[in-house]
Amino acid sequence: MTVMEQRGAYRPTPPPAWQPRTDPAPLLPDAEPYRVLGTEAAAKADPELLRTLYGQLVRGRRYNAQATALTKQGRLAVYPSTTGQEACEIAAALVLEERDWLFPSYRDTLAVVARGVDPVEALTLLRGDWHTGYDPYEHRVAPLSTPLATQLPHAVGLAHAARLKGDDVVALAMVGDGGTSEGDFHEALNFAAVWQAPVVFLVQNNGFAISVPLAKQTAAPSLAHKAVGYGMPGRLVDGNDAAAVHEVLSDAVRHARAGGGPTLVEAITYRVDAHTNADDATRYRGDAEVEAWREHDPIQLLERELTARGLLDEAGKQAARDAAEAMAADLREHMNQDPVLDPMDLFAHIYAEPTTQLRDQREQLRAELEAEAEAEPEEGTHR
Amino acid sequence: MTTVAVKPATMAQALTRALRDAMAADPAVHVMGEDVGTLGGVFRVTDGLAKEFGEDRCTDTPLAEAGILGTAVGMAMYGLRPVVEMQFDAFAYPAFEQLISHVSRMRNRTRGRMPLPITIRVPYGGGIGGVEHHSDSSEAYYMATPGLHVVTPATVSDAYGLLRAAIASDDPVVFLEPKRLYWSKDSWNPEDPAPVEPIGRAVVRRPGRSATLITYGPSVPVCMEAAEAARAEGWDLEVVDLRSLVPFDDETVVASVRRTGRAVVVHESGSFGGPGGEIAARVTERCFHHLEAPVLRVAGFDVPYPPPMLERHHLPGVDRILDAVGRLQWEAES
Repeated sequence: MTVMEQRGAYRPTPPPAWQPRTDPAPLLPDAEPYRVLGTEAAAKADPELLRTLYGQLVRGRRYNAQATALTKQGRLAVYPSTTGQEACEIAAALVLEERDWLFPSYRDTLAVVARGVDPVEALTLLRGDWHTGYDPYEHRVAPLSTPLATQLPHAVGLAHAARLKGDDVVALAMVGDGGTSEGDFHEALNFAAVWQAPVVFLVQNNGFAISVPLAKQTAAPSLAHKAVGYGMPGRLVDGNDAAAVHEVLSDAVRHARAGGGPTLVEAITYRVDAHTNADDATRYRGDAEVEAWREHDPIQLLERELTARGLLDEAGKQAARDAAEAMAADLREHMNQDPVLDPMDLFAHIYAEPTTQLRDQREQLRAELEAEAEAEPEEGTHR
Repeated sequence: MTTVAVKPATMAQALTRALRDAMAADPAVHVMGEDVGTLGGVFRVTDGLAKEFGEDRCTDTPLAEAGILGTAVGMAMYGLRPVVEMQFDAFAYPAFEQLISHVSRMRNRTRGRMPLPITIRVPYGGGIGGVEHHSDSSEAYYMATPGLHVVTPATVSDAYGLLRAAIASDDPVVFLEPKRLYWSKDSWNPEDPAPVEPIGRAVVRRPGRSATLITYGPSVPVCMEAAEAARAEGWDLEVVDLRSLVPFDDETVVASVRRTGRAVVVHESGSFGGPGGEIAARVTERCFHHLEAPVLRVAGFDVPYPPPMLERHHLPGVDRILDAVGRLQWEAES
């Protein structure tokens, strides 16, 4: 007889408001990042998809190299590279239908371009002649978001609105490992799960938030585990395995479209380049680490698979390289043209109708510009 | 013209009616925030809306202001017209990054392609005995952010008209609701509300010849009271209710001050870096040769909002206003 039984009628009961909640087990990510290339799962992968991914990855790598070169030529103010992360960038764009929406962070111009946005318009922010160079409604791509994770609640709201309207639309939102520490990451995931909004969150864990490694960012078992706390599934994937990223994101998009709610996907990848051209990565990481990741390169992983299966030969590789070169040449040519600037644009689109103070200030600038124009011929005489 | 029996209504009731009419007129209008559904909001401004329009149109959100405004941005991107309730002035601060980095500038950064028609309702100001973090006057923060409209009603009728105008606006509007006026009553006919004017016009609440009190929101009734009291001193004060801080109606303000030659700006917000500095500068720049005295400010002190048992010493009252009016260099006239 236990002590409690000896004491008679007292029986412990759970607190009245307590109810057994969702079983967390199905939400938990796998112990290891999901992989396709080089595994048995690869046999099931669609050869046409693998070839498409390959062409896009080669093109994406060349895009990163070209954009970085443009910073050195002064044609871009800054470029945050995704060299080494092309599999995530490309897959994020390819898994979406035309009616879906992409919510990129500032590092994701490659995904934006892969979605169909004109590369010059995608790079406008980084060239510095305007903020958002493209029409967000043309390809359903939200503006590149510099404040970290702040675009995630937008994705949730848009997906929620689409669902309220009965539209079959999914939003895919991109964020980095550093961004997962922001409050907006937490709030977005919480809202998405409560509303069962059709959203896919793709976290590219590239190892660093500028210089700070993941260990200083979180003590969670993995970033994918964070999903469980919100009541949504977390998936862990090898971010350099393009076939795996494509499959996991496709599953998540399908799940969301079918009304299953949001998914958090953590893709393990690596930022091979520095944070931007203005950063010096040697101050916080060693060459050996970078070299190890170069051995796990997304293009090489895919190339090995395609070659082993006889889906890619030298001619195929050359064709991919040629297409990438043509894209780069075209980008170079367009970016080497000076953007047309109109200082009066400063006052365009502040409000639907300008306020009186903005009208006054606009006239002030106009007068300054006229005075400048009148002064210019005089300056010319000194040349 | 038929005469309709007009019953007194409170400002809170007029706001509720404005939300209801806006929701009935346009299915894109969605109300969202903390406790706005079943409870009807802590000030009951959203009372009955969830019942009438369903919880998809009037939604109790998770308790996170950045998430509320951030998701409202996404909803607006998709063609909805969210009306967000921030429960109290100081509870809106977590949403500042969304407000400043996205809401205020989305139209500009997308070259006009992505305007965000979001109304952000914020109960503000003191005088209701609220404990810490429930009585801030936060308008200066909003005014300092380009791309936002900032409006605040002082009468029951304006509460209806301004809120309808805010929801109809294609720009984001910070709609500041003076908490202590929620229960103020006014003869106002909800069946025949005044026509909804576009945002941006001040109004002369009381004509006068001696000096102009420039004010808004919760300080308007205080200034009206001061103007009545001033008659005993021989001053005939004009009271201008700004109604809209952004855009600012220079025309009405300047016309008034040019008439009276003297001006005092009155608000609860702190004086240093507060709206009064901007208003005084604008008036001085435009009315210098009409002014008989420097433009004075009567404001809350530059202290964190005081505990409720001390707030009466902080809030601009009739005596402080009359004291300022008395310092408008009247001796020069005699």
